[in-house]
Amino acid sequence: MEIDEGTVRRIAHLARIRVTEAEAKALETELSGILDWVKQLDEVDTSGAEPMTRVTPVTLKRRADVVNDGEMADAIIKNAPMSAEHFFLVPKVVE
Amino acid sequence: MSDLTKLTLAEARAGLKAKRFSAVELTEALLAAIEAGNGALNAYVLATPEAALRQAKDSDARLAKGEVRPLEGLPLGIKDLYCTKGHRTTACSNVLGEFIPTYESTVTQNLWDAGAVMLGKLNCDEFAMGSSNETSRFGPVVSPWRRQGANGGSNVGLVPGGSSGGSSAAVAADLCLAATATDTGGSIRQPAAITGTVGIKPTYGRCSRWGIVAFASSLDQAGPIAKTVRDAAIMLRHMASPDPRDSTCVDVPVPDYEAGLGDGVKGLKVGVPREYRVDGMPREIEDLWQSGIAWLKAAGATIHDVSLPHTKYALPAYYIVAPAECSSNLARYDGVRYGARQPGADLTETYEATRAAGFGAEVRRRVLIGTYVLSAGYYDAYYIKAQKVRTLIRRDFDAVFKTVDVLLTPTTPGPAFGIGEVVGDPIQMYLNDIFTVPVNMAGLPGISVPAGLSSEGTPLGLQLIGAPFAEGTLFRAAQTIEDVAGRFSPPEPWWHARGVAPEPRRAGGAAAGKGKAAKRQARRPAKG
Repeated sequence: MEIDEGTVRRIAHLARIRVTEAEAKALETELSGILDWVKQLDEVDTSGAEPMTRVTPVTLKRRADVVNDGEMADAIIKNAPMSAEHFFLVPKVVE
Repeated sequence: MSDLTKLTLAEARAGLKAKRFSAVELTEALLAAIEAGNGALNAYVLATPEAALRQAKDSDARLAKGEVRPLEGLPLGIKDLYCTKGHRTTACSNVLGEFIPTYESTVTQNLWDAGAVMLGKLNCDEFAMGSSNETSRFGPVVSPWRRQGANGGSNVGLVPGGSSGGSSAAVAADLCLAATATDTGGSIRQPAAITGTVGIKPTYGRCSRWGIVAFASSLDQAGPIAKTVRDAAIMLRHMASPDPRDSTCVDVPVPDYEAGLGDGVKGLKVGVPREYRVDGMPREIEDLWQSGIAWLKAAGATIHDVSLPHTKYALPAYYIVAPAECSSNLARYDGVRYGARQPGADLTETYEATRAAGFGAEVRRRVLIGTYVLSAGYYDAYYIKAQKVRTLIRRDFDAVFKTVDVLLTPTTPGPAFGIGEVVGDPIQMYLNDIFTVPVNMAGLPGISVPAGLSSEGTPLGLQLIGAPFAEGTLFRAAQTIEDVAGRFSPPEPWWHARGVAPEPRRAGGAAAGKGKAAKRQARRPAKG
């Protein structure tokens, strides 16, 4: 049992997901179960292994540093829940 | 005309070229099959008949002029993870609301450029997270297969696998000629195996991920589910391409996989990894595996016992890496730029309410696990440790591919289970992918090919794993298995009879908060 209710609340806030009292209790058990299970990785000797950063050994592609699209504000705000004059609208963030 | 739906992709291609039927006739036959069968199967979440008929008419005009593109007039289903311009795309998550992309994914654009016709969008697990298609906002997909038995079998709805359950069910039930799918830990191969269809996850980097809703970016790959090995080879050739818009997509020309299908396996070195013989594996899976070994041997391959020592650690390492990447990828769903926003008093409350309402239980679980393993103080113990284990898994594969050409394993640890039968314990569900996950962790290609039936009369598959970009070898070895094992189709098209669908039990916690009316509506695909 690595995860207590306080930890569930902390990571839920980091992830910006609201959880109810009942959900937090259930998640405590579920997440602890999963983390206990993945802990079996501690058995593996990884002293000679670099952490994998990419699965294919290719170098990143490059392209000319030029503007190659744009002028599509209508398309960008098309699916916005709230917008005005090509701006996304959100609740007030500054008093 | 209903016979047209039973054609393979290759047969339909030949029929169109020979003008035995038109692209419009073929498309209409499949649209009618969707109309009649989708109420029971729930494979499509959006039918696009107008667009389909428009594309089919264009194909008929080209066929008449002799300007035939490689997939001219061939109707396909598209997993709802692929962004399709002007057609609702949701990844089967409530958080995307009624999102209508203003752009087309590279893979689907390649298919349309090759002349294919889009029938609609296919159901899947929410954000492709699941092994049973029970986490979709549109409700579960019902497999066209049913358990057979001495006492007449059972009408219990079976899962079509996941996450590409709409793709596997639609192909198995002849609701499309072939389908696109995606595979992060087995989401093409596991559904293919338990529905008697062929599915290939190509090498990481073979298909562009541009315009496909991201789950875990270092693992996600696009690929097809099809009726035959040949059809899968045709599909992959036209899905794959280099793409300047995906920096992980390789600049390697796409071979004509179909050309090598008949080359056989004479002299091919087939490895049988001993670690895949797991505790408690059902006898029928072991028997199936032995049959596959015997078939390849009889066709001239040599069989070699090999070892992949870190196999058992692939699944727990995956359940660190995949949630970590998903928590990062899914951070974008904040209800500001697109999707279904839940209003809150301030911006933080808006985010928290939007994501609480928008994500289902499994997605929420993975985002939270991912957030935890990436958080300060735990990053090294979990995430870095898992990425080191991943390096060891890849080294295991690199070592065996110095001595063998392909590996043969079962695709799944068992046959299809009933909807609602595996609930309550997420780890039980995760174990479905025990044989497929290592392939994603190492970025390798893997194909599942139907190989037999379980004691319940439902399909089982064998998996072939190759070295990077050895898809051609996988296709010809799979063709050898298909030649011996034959093809497998559901015995009775029960889904054609409307109103007799088994009422699936709801999976615990899956797609919460939906009323009966919403569910009914979801089962009739919306027109778009």
